[in-house]
Amino acid sequence: MRFQLKTSSFSLLFVLTCFLPSTWGSATEPVVVYAKKIVTVTGKTILDGMILCVDGKIQAVGQAGEFKVPANAKVIRGEVVLPGLVDVRTCVGLSGILNFEHDSDQLESSSPLQPELRAIDAYNPREELVAYIRNYGVTTVHTGHAPGELISGQTMIVKTVGDTVESALMVDGRAIAVTLAEASTKSGKASPGTRGKQMAMLRSLLIEAREYSAKVAKKAAVKEPAPSEPDKEGKEKSKADEPMARNLKLEVLSEVLSGKKALLITADRAQDIASAIRLAEEFKIPLWLDSASDAHLMIPQLKAAGVTVLLHPSMARASGEKENLSFQTASKLREAGIPFAIQGGFEPYVPKVRVVLFEAAVAAAHGLSFEAAVESITLSPAKILGIQDRVGSIAVGKDADLAIYDGDPFEYTTHCTGVVIDGVVVSSESQ
Amino acid sequence: MQGAATASFAIGFCRGDSTPQLYGRPIQPDSDHAEPTLKAWVNATLLPVDQPQVRDGVLVTSGGKIIAVGTKADVKIPAGAAVVDAKGKWIMPGLVCTHSHIGGFGAADSSSPIQPGVRILDSLNVRDAGFRRALAGGLTTLNVMPGSGHLISGQTVYCKLRYHGSSPSVVDEILIRDKDGKSLGGLKMANGTNSQGDAPFPGTRGKSAYLVREQYIKAREYHAKVVAAGGDESKLPPRDLNLECLVEAMQGKRIVHHHTHRHDDIITVIRLSQEFGFQTVLHHVSDGWKVAKEIAAANLPCSIIVLDSPGGKLEAKDLLFKNGKVLDEAGVRVAFHTDDWITDSRLFMRSAALAVRAGMNRAKAIDGLTLAGAEMLGLGDRIGSLTVGKDADFAILSGDPLSVYTRVLETWVEGKKAFDLSIPEDQLYAEGGVNAGSDLDPFLCCYAPAWQGGAK
Repeated sequence: MRFQLKTSSFSLLFVLTCFLPSTWGSATEPVVVYAKKIVTVTGKTILDGMILCVDGKIQAVGQAGEFKVPANAKVIRGEVVLPGLVDVRTCVGLSGILNFEHDSDQLESSSPLQPELRAIDAYNPREELVAYIRNYGVTTVHTGHAPGELISGQTMIVKTVGDTVESALMVDGRAIAVTLAEASTKSGKASPGTRGKQMAMLRSLLIEAREYSAKVAKKAAVKEPAPSEPDKEGKEKSKADEPMARNLKLEVLSEVLSGKKALLITADRAQDIASAIRLAEEFKIPLWLDSASDAHLMIPQLKAAGVTVLLHPSMARASGEKENLSFQTASKLREAGIPFAIQGGFEPYVPKVRVVLFEAAVAAAHGLSFEAAVESITLSPAKILGIQDRVGSIAVGKDADLAIYDGDPFEYTTHCTGVVIDGVVVSSESQ
Repeated sequence: MQGAATASFAIGFCRGDSTPQLYGRPIQPDSDHAEPTLKAWVNATLLPVDQPQVRDGVLVTSGGKIIAVGTKADVKIPAGAAVVDAKGKWIMPGLVCTHSHIGGFGAADSSSPIQPGVRILDSLNVRDAGFRRALAGGLTTLNVMPGSGHLISGQTVYCKLRYHGSSPSVVDEILIRDKDGKSLGGLKMANGTNSQGDAPFPGTRGKSAYLVREQYIKAREYHAKVVAAGGDESKLPPRDLNLECLVEAMQGKRIVHHHTHRHDDIITVIRLSQEFGFQTVLHHVSDGWKVAKEIAAANLPCSIIVLDSPGGKLEAKDLLFKNGKVLDEAGVRVAFHTDDWITDSRLFMRSAALAVRAGMNRAKAIDGLTLAGAEMLGLGDRIGSLTVGKDADFAILSGDPLSVYTRVLETWVEGKKAFDLSIPEDQLYAEGGVNAGSDLDPFLCCYAPAWQGGAK
């Protein structure tokens, strides 16, 4: 995975950089990181290494001194470098630090089924907690609507920088958040009132979406006159020619059925996990099982169904539907070869946001190897989210997202001393 | 009973609390729980807390007490002692949590914001798995408290985790008693937003302080009447459990454990504690770092919480890892607490470690897990350090308590093993799994799940 930079291309780039306007130049000032240990994840761990970041991308990774450093490069030194951390499931930015109505946009309770709600319309990129987790090395988050309604809305993937959601955005509408739990059962009008009803409502809606997408496909197959073409014969348009009324709810679910968006189902109890698998199999859609406290009791079933697990934070509270959770679940999933990543999750009270670094650390202290723990918050979530070409490891061509520490990143007393996102140093305070 | 009531009246507090019998049997003194045999641990790294770390240390216990602690050279192992080689292991005092909600929330109900007469003791479930999880974290003593949803939510109880083999059958077996057999505990108070609400709860901070002052003034007047009666029962005012308890607090016989977050609320606690003379420990103290000098000047200790991120409510938005460091450096005594369910007792050492991450002195941080907490409960002479004469409460660790990779291997309470990671049942509580948690969601004061609107 190490890349031997050709001197010629290097010089060319260097020259170009020098001649570019200074504003552009400062925004993309090369950054070089020297560290005693570089955990690349996809390649070998490099001792006494360097990483060269140019134009927002990783341009070279190797031994210290192996590559020439541009004169204008910003130099950072650290003990251990990890790829920028990826939180596979959080609500940060929709859910704010104050936990008041005005900064809590993670859950809309007016209706149990609202897949049409977009995360981009609810995300506050200037939320303090986004900066808070960034300062510990979290550079990419899959954030969005929270558990708590049968379908609470959409999720998206953003970098933890940017003054607007657009400038932070990597992938819009990545998944639809479904919750199978008591949390999403309601009595009275705000149905569902039972687990049986939850499944019936979900199945009905997915069937409706299947029919809707079939209609849309049929419609598209019928050749329609171009809008600019005059209707020479002056005939009334037949009903079949009328454009179909858009249904945002079903449109979104059609994208789930076609695999364009993922189905993220929050389920903790074994019985709910089984229901989630049943649903995914009926509609032939890949399942992202979220939270999954009882996953350690369902290893064979998860394995057989090819389920991907977005595992609850290690330090989640072992109560209610999470009563059976175990510090060892991560290591058991790893052992079984089930794809998983450790999440920061959604916290309705405190800590208002969880730092995946800390959650993986606890897993690392309970059976998960150091390498596997690093992977569970870097490459694994990147692969699950489908963004592994850009983030999740330290490799040439990937986004220059780096987390720098002054010791073993998982040790409680180690500090995060620097964070780089898209080749820009976004934090250099010791945290 | 009348005799007992009069006797306790004579010493001026909580008449009738010292029940001589329980369940038809005399109350067991704390010493009855102790392990009588002689044991010695050798070759361990010892963290005595009240003296510097000892390498190749020796710890000797007998009769539930520590009878020797020091280096191999200093300590002569008594003949007949069962010797355990603890090479490579660390031994520290049993951890003291000054603020826990394990065992079921209870005490005050929603009828009134001030209910000092209500005891958490009467709602504790001794079979709660939380106590076993706490042992798995090396904890041996807990101050179990009512919640913070009241100005005064009731009497707390100091528990010793005497889970030797099987669970104790009744809560009384885990109480800490004084030499008269009276169970020990503090008084929980709170200010700021948690204890505000619809009437009869206060709606503002001004009203909160007023309601508290009003009650303490009543208690003062009540006590004056009791004193004036001069032991003549016919002249005594009718007993008032609420006011009796506040009198105890003002007499320094019951420590006030005061929930408080925002800097101005902290100052209010100082003001009230000075007006009425109650001995106070400040709890949580999120904004403590902003008023560290004032806290130091008032000579109030702080039992702080460490959370992975700030916020969750406005008054905790500046709760930062540096709190312990700043308070300590200002001269404030600092202990940590779990606030379990808020943080997990199994990871209590992590709180101290994160404070060290933010610059707190290492020895002070370890003191904050043990002796500082013991002193804040008024138990500093019995627990909190590896000191000759103190209870043989300690945790045996695989390494440095501030490392994420360190595991609690064993926890000993009064000379008896109460947790052993090598036993599958105990491992369950340490790692989690079926029956290690709670099937009920804990009642966490003052927030509702997101689908019910979130924090109040």
